[in-house]
Amino acid sequence: MSNRQLKISVFRYNPNLPDDKPRMQEYQLEEQQGMTLFVALNKIREELDPSLMFDFVCRAAICGSCAMMINGKPRLACKTLTKDLPSEITLMPLPVFKLVGDLAVDTGTWFRDLQVRTEAWVHTDKEFDSQALEDRMDNETALAIYEPERCIECGCCVASCVTANIREDFIGAAGINRVARFMVDPRDKRSDAQYFEVVGNEDGTFGCVGLMACDDSCPIQVPLESQLAWVRRKMALAGLKL
Amino acid sequence: MSAKHTHITDVLIVGAGLAGERAAVEAAAAGLDVVILSLVPPRRSHSTAAQGGMQASLANSAMGKGDSPDVHFADTVKGSDWGCDQDVARLFVEKVPIAIRQLAYWGVPWNRVKAGKYKHPNGMELEDTKDKEGLITARNFGGTAKWRTCYTSDGTGHTVQYTMDSVVCKMGIAVHDRMEAISLIHDGVNCYGVVARCLRTGDLIVYLAKATVIASGGAGRLYGASTNAVICEGTGTAIAFDTGVVPLGNMEAVQFHPTSMPPTCILMTEGARGDGGYLLDKNEYRFMPDYEPEKKELASRDVVSRRMVQHMRKGLGVETEYGPHLWLDIRHLGRKHVWTNLREIANIAMNFLGLDPAVDLVPVRPTQHYTMGGIRTNIDGYAYGLKGLFAIGEAACWDMHGFNRLGGNSLAETCTAGMIVGEQVAKYTLGAAPAFNYRLVDDAVKKDEERIANLIAGKNGKENVYELRKAMEETLNEHVHIFRNGPSLETAVSRLQELHQRAAHLGLRSSGLGANPELAAALRLPGMIRLSLAIAYGALMRTESRGSHAREDYPKRDDVNWLKRTLAYWKAGAELPTLDYEPVKCTEMPPGDRGYGEASARNAASKEK
Repeated sequence: MSNRQLKISVFRYNPNLPDDKPRMQEYQLEEQQGMTLFVALNKIREELDPSLMFDFVCRAAICGSCAMMINGKPRLACKTLTKDLPSEITLMPLPVFKLVGDLAVDTGTWFRDLQVRTEAWVHTDKEFDSQALEDRMDNETALAIYEPERCIECGCCVASCVTANIREDFIGAAGINRVARFMVDPRDKRSDAQYFEVVGNEDGTFGCVGLMACDDSCPIQVPLESQLAWVRRKMALAGLKL
Repeated sequence: MSAKHTHITDVLIVGAGLAGERAAVEAAAAGLDVVILSLVPPRRSHSTAAQGGMQASLANSAMGKGDSPDVHFADTVKGSDWGCDQDVARLFVEKVPIAIRQLAYWGVPWNRVKAGKYKHPNGMELEDTKDKEGLITARNFGGTAKWRTCYTSDGTGHTVQYTMDSVVCKMGIAVHDRMEAISLIHDGVNCYGVVARCLRTGDLIVYLAKATVIASGGAGRLYGASTNAVICEGTGTAIAFDTGVVPLGNMEAVQFHPTSMPPTCILMTEGARGDGGYLLDKNEYRFMPDYEPEKKELASRDVVSRRMVQHMRKGLGVETEYGPHLWLDIRHLGRKHVWTNLREIANIAMNFLGLDPAVDLVPVRPTQHYTMGGIRTNIDGYAYGLKGLFAIGEAACWDMHGFNRLGGNSLAETCTAGMIVGEQVAKYTLGAAPAFNYRLVDDAVKKDEERIANLIAGKNGKENVYELRKAMEETLNEHVHIFRNGPSLETAVSRLQELHQRAAHLGLRSSGLGANPELAAALRLPGMIRLSLAIAYGALMRTESRGSHAREDYPKRDDVNWLKRTLAYWKAGAELPTLDYEPVKCTEMPPGDRGYGEASARNAASKEK
């Protein structure tokens, strides 16, 4: 059986070049066994068009660099096998995030801003004592922290979110999940009232309209639906007490 | 064209992985201005891909009882095949427990001891004691006498990097991501910073600093087939090498990890074998106990990788169009364990090959994994050769790994060295008052501008960067791999020399404008080939076998002639590195038997006779 010919249609635009215009460009490529979009895009760059911009780092679905719209859905390109797609493939950059060029978007700046706005670090008055044993924690708590901590900040949930697409400051499921990670962490001494300041508003948990596309889009199955519901309930109760 | 911006800071850190961020925190805590440059956002760094864990002798878990820095030290030295600097190894093992506990303080959700009897998935009956409940637990890794590897389920690197980056955010440390250092600014005596290329716009930017710290990670991608992320191209190491005055230590010491999944070479963590996984051959026979009766699948990585190749050479590998492989078997650990503690590798096997390791065997074979060599530094992290230059982590040859790094010792090194060297960087910077002629900066920028202009214009030729790069990768994979020999290494050296000459004639096929990726590749390639030459030439000249450096024509370790560290320099206009050597200090443990591997097997056999 001969291999399929893939027709890969890619969004092209380099905002740094004054004369460049957004357009779609088509590349033809022979499919190979076990081919991922990581392999396909590198082949295009090395053999057909060395100017094509896209981001890969780990190519193992761990680092979150390569999210893009693959036939209209936000996915990690590195773990997308071409055999699971029709022979005509359309690749677009993620919406919401600033375009770097072609398929590369600036998720780094977006997520940095999120960390700073939600103060996504452990808040404690305790000083570190280099001579003391670590504070004890039960293993179940450690695992409960790890569950939301697993988020790789790829931006798939943000790209698929209606609110994030229309409201620039909405922190998205990734943001709410990140806050949830600190809420379950006994080392973080913030009160519910303090968390309310961070996410008890329309840019936070109350901006979510509950369509849950985020949950469908998460490439590593962070349970976003239950995380979002938990934070919303907690913040609604905290709001009542204010 | 000239540099678009000039930034001045106290401390400049090249690389935002764990080593870089940990050092940045230390320097910022001393009140210094710190800027971190990174090819990618910090949380995309290759540090996040480390699945397994960090070794620290906390002695909390049942199988960690009796552990101490002394035991960790002995494992590390044996693991290095007596190639490491023992003063550095000693400093590391004493400090790593503090580093781990500090990470817990900052927020890493380390897995914890649960008191009570339980059956380990490998079948052992164990009991964790009440007095240790809630303290940080550990898993088993290769080449260790105790269970010492602290972890967070299947994502240790991820949680540690995210936590470290949260501290960087909290302290307001500046991170300039998508920014690549392309040359060091120096006068042969002092280092003053870097010329960087912005990977958003293509602009050249100058960074001037009292102290410059290279923390850019390993160079696995020289081999093409590597477990490393695609950004691990040794860029920071190469710009230090290019100064001509900074030597690289032991570049021939390259680690091959036993279990990467073909054809994409994605890592299957050592935790899989630590938790009780087996290696099987094409007959589904568990072969490692035949070679290594004591340690079995958990001898050090260099030994397991060689045994696997040895076994496949007997025709016992599974043949495929991508070459032979063996099987990793973790089915007997049970579905719950596989999809909880080893979820990341279960996901990888499922995503890329459609295999469920709870019921399926996973194909594995040894693949380039870690760069033990790097920018040679002293125990305080000062690079040899240039004042004001430091190096840490995989980019450095601090030299706690010698000729073979133990699993769990590199992630541990990043934070521990970041802590120790970060403090030294701060101390140096607080007392530094560099004076220099600004012409030096202009000249450095002009030189890079000229390189770029020539590549775009094709002034020196039209060689294709991707073709040359592929040839470099193939040369290393074919001739400078797990087993090495004189004639093959000579071939590698001469092919790489030819590629190096051709790389002087690179020309772009695309416009090179803006953040053009072909230009980025073309700027990197000549330095990458020079690093490859340091590996191949160092390997050719080292006529012994030590750790991961296995010479078929010199199969024994030779402590009389080779208890020394290679120092490679690249002099301006040279065609080969200049090699020098320095003694390896064995301050505590004289060279001896590792207790596993081929030499131990030979010793055991001769005793039986």
